[in-house]
Amino acid sequence: MVRKWVVGASIAVSLFVLGGCQGKAERGSRGGEGTTSIRVEGSDTMVQLAQAWAEHYHQIQPSVSIQVLGGGSGVGIASLIDGNCDMANASREIEPKEIARVKANRGEEPKTHVVGHDALAIFVHKENPLDSISMEELAEIYGDGGKISRWSQLGVKLQGDDTIVRVSRQNSSGTYAYFREAVLGKNRDFKLGSIDQSGSKDVVALVSRTPNAIGYSGMGYATPEVKMLKVSKKKGEPAVAPTIENAKKGAYPITRALYIYTIGEPKGPVKQYLDWILSPEGQKVVAELGYVPASES
Amino acid sequence: MSDSTPVVPVSGAQDIPPAAAPDALSRPAGLRASVAASSPRRWARWGELLIEGLIYLCGWSAILFVAAIFFFVFIEAAPLAAQGFDFVEFFTSVNWRPTSNVRPQFGTLALLVGSLCVTGLAMLMAVPLGLGAAVYISEFASGRTKEVLKVVVELLAAIPSVVWGFIGMMVIGPIIIRFTGTPVGVNLLNGSIILALMSVPIIVSIAEDALKAVPDSYREAALSLGANQWEVVYRVLFPAAKNGLLAAVLLGVGRAIGETMAVLMVTGHAIQIPRGLLDPVRTLTATIAAELGETVQGDTHFRTLFLIGLVLFALTFIVNLIADLIVKGIRSENA
Repeated sequence: MVRKWVVGASIAVSLFVLGGCQGKAERGSRGGEGTTSIRVEGSDTMVQLAQAWAEHYHQIQPSVSIQVLGGGSGVGIASLIDGNCDMANASREIEPKEIARVKANRGEEPKTHVVGHDALAIFVHKENPLDSISMEELAEIYGDGGKISRWSQLGVKLQGDDTIVRVSRQNSSGTYAYFREAVLGKNRDFKLGSIDQSGSKDVVALVSRTPNAIGYSGMGYATPEVKMLKVSKKKGEPAVAPTIENAKKGAYPITRALYIYTIGEPKGPVKQYLDWILSPEGQKVVAELGYVPASES
Repeated sequence: MSDSTPVVPVSGAQDIPPAAAPDALSRPAGLRASVAASSPRRWARWGELLIEGLIYLCGWSAILFVAAIFFFVFIEAAPLAAQGFDFVEFFTSVNWRPTSNVRPQFGTLALLVGSLCVTGLAMLMAVPLGLGAAVYISEFASGRTKEVLKVVVELLAAIPSVVWGFIGMMVIGPIIIRFTGTPVGVNLLNGSIILALMSVPIIVSIAEDALKAVPDSYREAALSLGANQWEVVYRVLFPAAKNGLLAAVLLGVGRAIGETMAVLMVTGHAIQIPRGLLDPVRTLTATIAAELGETVQGDTHFRTLFLIGLVLFALTFIVNLIADLIVKGIRSENA
């Protein structure tokens, strides 16, 4: 009986592996006559945005098919280095190490295009009475050696457990790196023991199920089940809500740029696509999805 | 697995020759002669050689694959030794901060403890449950009940781990919150319940095979001596099927320690040494799954994840080795 399973399983596995190889081969090839395909890969934060762009652009340019993959900023850049995609989405700046690898592998420097901005919102459960928080308090909650671990220290009383459940991201995510830089500063690490989620959506989902949790994620991921806190630069200063207007004005303190990287100066269909993304029409899509357009900020 | 049990089922070897023979013997003599002269016969010989070769290859490929996997994982991790990697920190520190700007740290103690805690706790639940179910199916259930139970258990084994993870997040998590008042439902307890549920079907089906392999004469002898059914199970079947039952438990352990997707979803994925059942933990497997995709190839972080892979390899190897030694020990005792 067990033997039969093993044989069945190995056949299934080998079929799966073969299928996988085939799929990959197809992905690598260019489309048939008359159609061009552009491969876009990278940041999970930008997946929804990249897909919306691809759909809109396909209506204008039916001959161009655009494939969008997520995986994370690092995955996109790695894929750009290996020549598996034409454009890499990234929610962080490319690292010097990665630039060196692009140059070594592809012979050209990567080119940076800022295509929008993203405000990282601080999420709490919708029944949490807290309305605003300061950057210092956030750093004390999330930072290594930080002293805030109970909601009562922030002056709120929750029903049930008082401990703050910190929700964070896996340490290779662009959102994680950006939050660390913007909130904790360049020389501080995260406190260990936070619940690390693998996706922007997962953070919001966990916070919506956990009354005493706090988490950070792109403000485009907000749902009615969670509350976004207003954030002030310093304790005592006015707290600013994470809205598109505030992010554009630069008033909201946790705002970051969204990038697309190409190998060298883009040419042909890739250039046309990028130009369209940066045009008012492409930037309208950015605003529709709750992000901040690049051209006006 | 059944060949590691002390007693071999009565059915088996004798059935095979008659099954293969009729095809050649039942042909009319004239036809046999014409077949011998024509090419199909030669083709058949070649075909047989080919299939023999394929089967031979299949047998060896298992060893080849294990060796190749170990080799490639080792090759990816090996350069660490030359880079002055801090192996003491790797095994003794709880600080896992591979992407730190200040000082990257690669301590995996918390992850290792997390893996062992989740697996250990899962086995505490799964072993009694699995063995109990196997005893019931093999010894007490009869007719329809038995068949239905066997099919359902096999069905349970076929549920993908993502689905288990989903059940853990959506069903078990809220139940844990409801009954314990803990703030987060994804934690050590949730992870081990899910892992226990995942390994029970494996333990049940292998343990049931092992119990089935004990000859009925053992049972009859015990019953005729006046033993009740419980005594038959406890005093006769368990000792007789010892090796098979142990194999069942260890395969369950292997399943639990290597499981990735479900634990990534339901353990909470927090780097800390758990102080209680309700603390979120993080396992070695989940760490590799969550981080490998976004690391730069050839980076220290990348290589350290492969080193974790080697540690997992070593863990399963130790589990199997212990199993082997125990089985051998039992054998020499019996002999």
